[in-house]
Amino acid sequence: MSRSENNTPRQIVPGGLGRHLRDLLGPFIGIALVALVFAVLDAQRETGRSLVSWASVQTVLAQSVIVGTAALGMTLIIVAGGIDLSAGTAMALVATITAWLLQQQFPLPVAFLGGVLTGAVAGAVNGTLITSLRVVPFIVTLGTMTIFQGVARVIAGDVPIRVYELTPAWVPAMVAPLPSQPWMVFSPAVWLMFVLALLAAGLLHLTVFGRHVFALGSNEATARLCGIPIHRTRILVYTLAGLFLGVAGLFRFAELGGEGHPTGGMGVELKVIAAVVIGGGSLSGGRGSVLGTLAGAVLIQLIQYGCTRLGVSDLYQDIIVGVIIIAAVTLDQLRLRRVL
Amino acid sequence: MNQAAPLLSMQRISKRFGATQALQEVSLELHAGEVLALIGENGAGKSTLMKILAGAYQPDQGSMTLLGRPYRPGGPGEALQAGVAMIYQELNLAPDLSVEDNIMLGQERRWAWLGLSRRGAREEIRRVLAQLGHEELDPRTKVGRLPLGAQQVVEIARALVRRARVLVLDEPTSSLPQRDVERLFDVVARLRRTGAGIIYISHFLEEVRQIAQRYTVLRDGRSVASGSLDQVSQDELVALMVGRQVEELFPHVPHTPGEVVLRVEQLQGNPLPREAQLELRRGEILGIAGLVGSGRTELLRCLYALDPVRSGRVLVAGHVPGASPAARIQAGMGYVAEDRKSEGLALDQPLEDNLTWSRLAPYSRWGVLRPGLRRREAARWMQRLQIKARDPRQPVYQLSGGNQQKVAFGRVLHQQADVLLLDEPTRGIDVGTKAELYRWMGQLAAEGKAVLFVSSYIQELLEVCDRVAVMCRGRLSPALPARQWTEDKVLAVALGSAWPDSPPSN
Repeated sequence: MSRSENNTPRQIVPGGLGRHLRDLLGPFIGIALVALVFAVLDAQRETGRSLVSWASVQTVLAQSVIVGTAALGMTLIIVAGGIDLSAGTAMALVATITAWLLQQQFPLPVAFLGGVLTGAVAGAVNGTLITSLRVVPFIVTLGTMTIFQGVARVIAGDVPIRVYELTPAWVPAMVAPLPSQPWMVFSPAVWLMFVLALLAAGLLHLTVFGRHVFALGSNEATARLCGIPIHRTRILVYTLAGLFLGVAGLFRFAELGGEGHPTGGMGVELKVIAAVVIGGGSLSGGRGSVLGTLAGAVLIQLIQYGCTRLGVSDLYQDIIVGVIIIAAVTLDQLRLRRVL
Repeated sequence: MNQAAPLLSMQRISKRFGATQALQEVSLELHAGEVLALIGENGAGKSTLMKILAGAYQPDQGSMTLLGRPYRPGGPGEALQAGVAMIYQELNLAPDLSVEDNIMLGQERRWAWLGLSRRGAREEIRRVLAQLGHEELDPRTKVGRLPLGAQQVVEIARALVRRARVLVLDEPTSSLPQRDVERLFDVVARLRRTGAGIIYISHFLEEVRQIAQRYTVLRDGRSVASGSLDQVSQDELVALMVGRQVEELFPHVPHTPGEVVLRVEQLQGNPLPREAQLELRRGEILGIAGLVGSGRTELLRCLYALDPVRSGRVLVAGHVPGASPAARIQAGMGYVAEDRKSEGLALDQPLEDNLTWSRLAPYSRWGVLRPGLRRREAARWMQRLQIKARDPRQPVYQLSGGNQQKVAFGRVLHQQADVLLLDEPTRGIDVGTKAELYRWMGQLAAEGKAVLFVSSYIQELLEVCDRVAVMCRGRLSPALPARQWTEDKVLAVALGSAWPDSPPSN
């Protein structure tokens, strides 16, 4: 913010919807640019199926459901000024517990419900530890990151739990790249992610709770003196984010065809955080958008998909994603600085 | 002395931001050895003009000369190099570094290359500190351990070591205790004697008279008047700033005290306040004076349950409310924080949020918000308080200081608070907005609400309040009717050299 009295120019940013749309434009332009680059590179290839196709769109969307759904919860957390490094291992824990419940002969609905609740409990644990111990979220979730992985390994006996034969065929079909019926347009998991995104956006923008989340993330001291229940809000934010992680964990379970991999989550949290940040979320809190986050998740997946199809090694994918994260945040800050 | 060529001259400077003409043909002259007061309301263009002087903005039109040569800095570094130093309200020091390290920061190559020539630097620093009349400052002390006044001296010393010829002091006294203000004035007088020119920005006109020789008034981005301060009266200055005759600096709305609504019994905080006792009535404005650090802010924070209370009771309308800000709001309290930038407002959030956060209930059912209804109501409040903003969704950091303060104040009005706790609500805002705030306070009292008004500006307390109490080292004096106080008496109690007797209870 500027020093002393602030007589900053006032008419630079247009108000209202125009401004919101412009805020969201960044990640979509990113997607368009990356897609264009891939299309050009693809056109120069001589062999193989064309990359530019409707099937590619369906596939990229279907492949982004895990990171995308988890990132919806992470958006809540980041807007509230927090962070969750345990998101990846919590998802693996969800998948492991779901597989374990099936292995213990529980019916499928119970196993799925158990999985989603596991996510919520993991989130509630994070939120409660942060508020009661008064330790910063970065440290608390750094701790729970390994704790959740440890718990998953203990439950699974340190080997992946495979329950392929107990998993009905519709489960992996939910997250399949292409929908089983053409009229579905996208795989069911994609639709589920869209519905959850609508819920998350409604929660942030059309509820009292959402206003409290923005207050908390923007300036906790202000939130406190406005009488906002900051502890309750924070615990609720992490718990809700845990529910999203629960669903993401089920997607993970489905993607593996009915397997709980206890150590498969480490590192996924960074992609999830990256999706939020590319989408305009600020790690200092008070800023973030659901639509931007979805675009961020799709962008990351698009890079991975394009590289794989063009035969670029994973090593380069990491570099490209890294460059995009830094570029996205830099552009975002430049835009903000112009306003300040 | 004004016959000589000026040290600095800014000629017909214009600057436009988008559709806003921030400065239009502003001219200003500063001579060696003089203090020039730059005055104007918030938003008049003082900051923009000084940012151009410091190289942070480039002017669209106009020219500057410094020491007879054309001066067009490309950035703050170049400005400093050329001899122009800015000292802002919020100081620019690294608290964990020593005085000498702070002074030498960015200059290490010249002095402490490979850590060899520290002694030369230290002598230079001692010389400069002595020149400023602060030889007692040890260059090895960590800056964070020094009081605010001394930190300011360190910043000024830093500018001198860099051979600055033009110093800009932006609201240097707004957070200083009275004693340090005197010392700062001494420093400024010494600076003049070194032949430096000083541009002094302040809202306190009495202070400006005491320290400056000439003035330039900015209004709506134009320089409307310049001249010698000897030849202009206080009222004329105010009229120049506001652009009209302000009939009343302290507008009075008649009100009569009613029943007691806030009772504070033997309140002790941790560690401040040490002992506070008061009764506040409906329809009353009670002022609390005292030095910065005497425990006034802590008293309000204890009342609002932001700080822990060690002992004592707070009763609102006869009941002890729960110990959380939410419970205090429920009980009818409203609090405007002293520091609106770090605590009072969430600067990057929309005006409508900042205004309504403490009372969202009217716009929601089952936790679901009705944004349209809320926006319309926020727009109504903007109009009622005359907040100059584009629309309720505008983030508050884009508003001027006075308008930000109106948003913070508007929040307690919007929440329909019965007992208003106002901590330095008029600090850093312009004369016009101050008068509006006083009118609002009177209006609230007339509506049967109670106002507790903390301020460092004794005159406004005596003019606006019905009764005034003084805080000294954590103890709150009995409250006496404002007409029984004088500024000297208040100061004597604040400094601990006198103590008023309790008025006979009625």
